Amino acid sequence: MIPFSYARASDVQDAIAKGALGGTKFLGGGTNLVDLMRETIERPTGLVDVTGLSSEITETRDGGVMIGAAARNTAVTEHPLIRSRYPALTRAIVAGASAQIRNMATVGGNLMQRTRCTYFYDGEGSHCNKRAPGDGCDALSGFNRSHAILGASDACIAVHPSDMCVALTALDAMVHIEGSDGSRSLPIKDFHRLPGDRPDIETMLQPGDLITAIELPASSIAANSTYRKVRDRASYAFALVSVAAALEIENGNVRDVRIALGGVAHKPWRAERAEAALRGKPAGEAAFLAAAEAELAAARTFEGNAFKVELARRTIVSVLTELSGGAV
Amino acid sequence: MSILENAKQTAQGLFQAGMAKAIAMAPDSWIPGGEPDPLIRERHGHVGRPVSRIDGPLKVSGKAPFAAEFPMEGMVYAALAYSTIAKGRLSSLDTADAEAAPGVVLVMTFRNAPRMQPPPLFLSGAKAAGGDKLPVMQDDRIHWNGQPIALVLAETQEQADHAKSLIRVGYEVEHADIAFAEARDRGTDTAEFMGQPLHDEIGDAEKALQDAAFKIDATYTTPRHNHNPIELHGLTVAWQGDTLRMHDAQQLVAHTAWSMAQVFGLDEKQVVVTSPFVGGGFGSKSMWQHHILAAAGAKLAGRPVRIVLSREGVFRLVGGRSPTEQRVALGADQEGKLTALIHTGVTVKTPHNAMPEPFILPTRSAYAAENVLLDVQKVELDMLGNTFMRAPGEAVGTFALECAMDELAEKLGMDPIELRVRNEPEKDPISGLPFSSRHIVEAYRAGAERFGWSRRNPKPRSVSDGEWLIGMGCATGTYPYYRMPGGAARITLTREGKAIVDIAVHEMGMGTSTVQTQVTADRLGLPMDAITFNYGDSTLPGVIMAGGSQQTAAIGASVIAAHNALIEELLRIAGNDSPLAGLKAKDVGSRNGGLCKLDEPERHETYQSLLARAQRDKVTVEAQPPQPLETMHWSMHSHSAMFCEVKVNKVTGEPRVTRFLGSFDCGRILNPKTATSQFRGGIIMGLGLALMEDTQFDERKGRVMNPSLAEYHVPVHMDVPEIDVIWTDIPDPHAPMGAHGIGEIGITGTGAAVANAIYNATGKRVRDLPITLDKLL
Ligand SMILES: Cc1cc2nc3c(=O)[nH]c(=O)nc-3n(C[C@H](O)[C@H](O)[C@H](O)COP(=O)(O)OP(=O)(O)OC[C@H]3O[C@@H](n4cnc5c(N)ncnc54)[C@H](O)[C@@H]3O)c2cc1C
Ligand code: SF4
Repeated sequence: MIPFSYARASDVQDAIAKGALGGTKFLGGGTNLVDLMRETIERPTGLVDVTGLSSEITETRDGGVMIGAAARNTAVTEHPLIRSRYPALTRAIVAGASAQIRNMATVGGNLMQRTRCTYFYDGEGSHCNKRAPGDGCDALSGFNRSHAILGASDACIAVHPSDMCVALTALDAMVHIEGSDGSRSLPIKDFHRLPGDRPDIETMLQPGDLITAIELPASSIAANSTYRKVRDRASYAFALVSVAAALEIENGNVRDVRIALGGVAHKPWRAERAEAALRGKPAGEAAFLAAAEAELAAARTFEGNAFKVELARRTIVSVLTELSGGAV
Repeated sequence: MSILENAKQTAQGLFQAGMAKAIAMAPDSWIPGGEPDPLIRERHGHVGRPVSRIDGPLKVSGKAPFAAEFPMEGMVYAALAYSTIAKGRLSSLDTADAEAAPGVVLVMTFRNAPRMQPPPLFLSGAKAAGGDKLPVMQDDRIHWNGQPIALVLAETQEQADHAKSLIRVGYEVEHADIAFAEARDRGTDTAEFMGQPLHDEIGDAEKALQDAAFKIDATYTTPRHNHNPIELHGLTVAWQGDTLRMHDAQQLVAHTAWSMAQVFGLDEKQVVVTSPFVGGGFGSKSMWQHHILAAAGAKLAGRPVRIVLSREGVFRLVGGRSPTEQRVALGADQEGKLTALIHTGVTVKTPHNAMPEPFILPTRSAYAAENVLLDVQKVELDMLGNTFMRAPGEAVGTFALECAMDELAEKLGMDPIELRVRNEPEKDPISGLPFSSRHIVEAYRAGAERFGWSRRNPKPRSVSDGEWLIGMGCATGTYPYYRMPGGAARITLTREGKAIVDIAVHEMGMGTSTVQTQVTADRLGLPMDAITFNYGDSTLPGVIMAGGSQQTAAIGASVIAAHNALIEELLRIAGNDSPLAGLKAKDVGSRNGGLCKLDEPERHETYQSLLARAQRDKVTVEAQPPQPLETMHWSMHSHSAMFCEVKVNKVTGEPRVTRFLGSFDCGRILNPKTATSQFRGGIIMGLGLALMEDTQFDERKGRVMNPSLAEYHVPVHMDVPEIDVIWTDIPDPHAPMGAHGIGEIGITGTGAAVANAIYNATGKRVRDLPITLDKLL
């Protein structure tokens, strides 16, 4: 670990002021950042602790829910508004990490957590474009069983590890950001970036930008949503593939649908092609399969992860079938 | 090897063979265990009772001191820098920034390390403990990816870790042999284990296979595994005058003391290794480079040193289990009698250690087959020295053998238990020795009954519950009874009627101190609270390793010897007024807090009275047990019948174990409570072996890529179902207490039971561990 300074932010403006110094990073629960600092992969010179900022979970005027960025992951899963209106979100969060980590982790930190690619973690012994652009990518012809099948580049094939973000993506969440030039918001599907030739730049945040809240819009479809995570052991493992989806069926036809995939791309993957293929179609296995195929047609696989295409296909179909309940 | 040495070895071999024959032929009564240990008959004492751990309260209240918790005056903290190439030399090593960093006391590299002898390699001598025999930090050469290249000592752990990150290294890379398959294709050699070639042949197995009415011939592969005991490898070490004092996490205290003495050119007595509590060993808590580096650093810095490897550090410098590629071919007649049994294959070691994974060991005594071919070939790679890991050989060997038996049973249309019963040997198929105790069939019958085996549908993929396919499988587990030379124990009896046992053994969480207190209490005819069992200290008698599941037998035999010596000594000092006057030691035993004539128990005198009359405050005796010839006179093994139920998700392929039962035949169970934990622990590790443990060893660089418990998967609570364990409890008449060590048997057979259950559930035969969901899609 490299020596660093530590300060607590008293409010958003204080956080922005303190965070504006070069080399500074915001500190949430520290469950990812501190690990990376121990490995000297992250080398901030100063930490600004933002866990004292808003962690409130409140209903918005138009019937959505606003979650303060400092809300602990566990608090989100336990909140009655979330449990009743956005079941996919609770399911996604509890499918992640361990109870202890979820108790520490914040919503802001979860959004910003970095990939678990083992070459990325091996600062001393491996080449990684995400750590050092231009250094090369050892995962391309190395261990890539957990790596991306969609949207990857020749520079980086890592995946975003979050479960929570996959559900947020299916639920059309908005990310509220505060920066030195004021506040703005972004739909979560546009918040994370694909690797391209700069895999080191993972989100649309500018240096010094602070995530202040996540907003879930009011949504009738969200109540019929779920999350399914496929992993190598029963708990405490990252997703090989995960699916968050919401489905509304009317007269046997798909009226509306949301699908997001985890474990397949550098960002939580909104399956827009699958959604488009499904809207208005008669709900049923054939249509679900066709939708999955439409999304996965663009998949590009590597030696270790070819199985993910079939796994994603099956999991999408199974989740949609489950959500369609007795309707089909 | 010179011709002379060859001749010498041949002569030695012939002599050994002759000896072996003589021992095999000798009358039972000449052999240790020939007369059953009298404790076997004792049925009303402490042995066999589910006594709770005597160190339990200390542990749960955090008062049991582990190696890295001993405070020492003026202590400094250590961090290690590791190489990132597999082979070559250091072209530059810039430590200036590290040396200038705050709190740094010493940066040690090959340039300033003291001159030291290479560690004596484990198995190369009676007391050798080294995981490999490479010189430690003596030159600029790199032998594996992860080799320590610098030791930093600082006032705090954080300062040491930080300074370490400032070391700049340049390498001159040389070609390294790292890839298993490439090395295998270049050629292999017959592997040797404990001085013997891993090769056995009876008849012509290949021909018998060709002619067999039913046959299977398949290749099974198992990956690398790394040790992950919960307690990281740690050590607090100081030079006190000429004495090297080590608070260590050890399963080889006496071996390590001697081996450290060789490294530093000291007398064995100048090294004191204590290890009162160990948080798991499994074969990994032997002597590795961190011991030597910490002691060398302490010497240079003139300060005590505490070193605790990081989890990554354990992966980088403590060896693990080697990968194997095994062929099992079985031929059988119409009745299922084996006519050919072939178990061969290749494993990996290094040029500087002596441990090829001996996966044919379980097959040697498994089945009666007319023709047998067993063989282990090895290749040598530039990697960290691999080592012993819970049931080395048996854990992965039983996976291949017992999956193959399941495959054969299916070919024959026979119940897999029935196939095994039909091939039960009457005597050891390879050595020809009689079995000392073998009740596999009973274990199978009892296990099958309790598990509900009769409900299994033999047709694969025929039972399901919603999205889940359900299946059952079974397999045999086995592990040898070992007792190694080097045992010794001291008993001190006090005038208050208390006994103190001193013996250099280890408590790694198995329950040794509890169980041996029970055993000693019964042996001396005393209550448990009258016994103090001292262990975990190299200055105590005995050179006894906690390995090969042999500690129980080694302690048992040592305490028997010391007890016999105690009886002799007490009779010697008893005097003419004692009711025991004039008796011979062989006619006397311990009972009710004293000695009595065995066939005339009323001729009894208490220890207090004996010592008081002799005006002695205490009597101390020390003795060594006879050489462990029993293992050359009988074929001595533990056995188990393992039963597993799994569910496999039809959509995702996720395999989950839903039920497990282990039915054990391991001699007499000394303490059902601690035994249950050992069995369950072994089975849980076996579930990991079956489903998830897998060291990602990047064959481009020889580097382990998942050196953390987030990425190296072991079972979490949710992966572990209810595990039922039962046992025959039939004593082995030729083992001390009638008992076998049980630390390793639990992991054996488990992998195959899981794989066979998965086959029954899905119809997919996965012969490559771990069985992850992608192999089941
Ligand atoms: C062993 C292990 C297993 C895990 N398994 C899973 C899993 O299965 N699924 C899963 O989804 N996750 C898993 N996680 C990851 C876990 O969810 C994240 O570590 C956690 O969500 C990060 O939150 P945090 O508050 O601790 O973030 P921190 O570690 O404090 O910060 C992470 C990043 O976010 C930035 N940051 C924090 N707050 C803000 C803010 N308000 N504005 C801008 N930037 C901010 C920090 O600067 C830093 O870059 C696992 C973690 C571990 C250690
Ligand atoms: S996949 Fe991305 S994170 Fe992994 S090594 Fe390649 S560049 Fe680095």
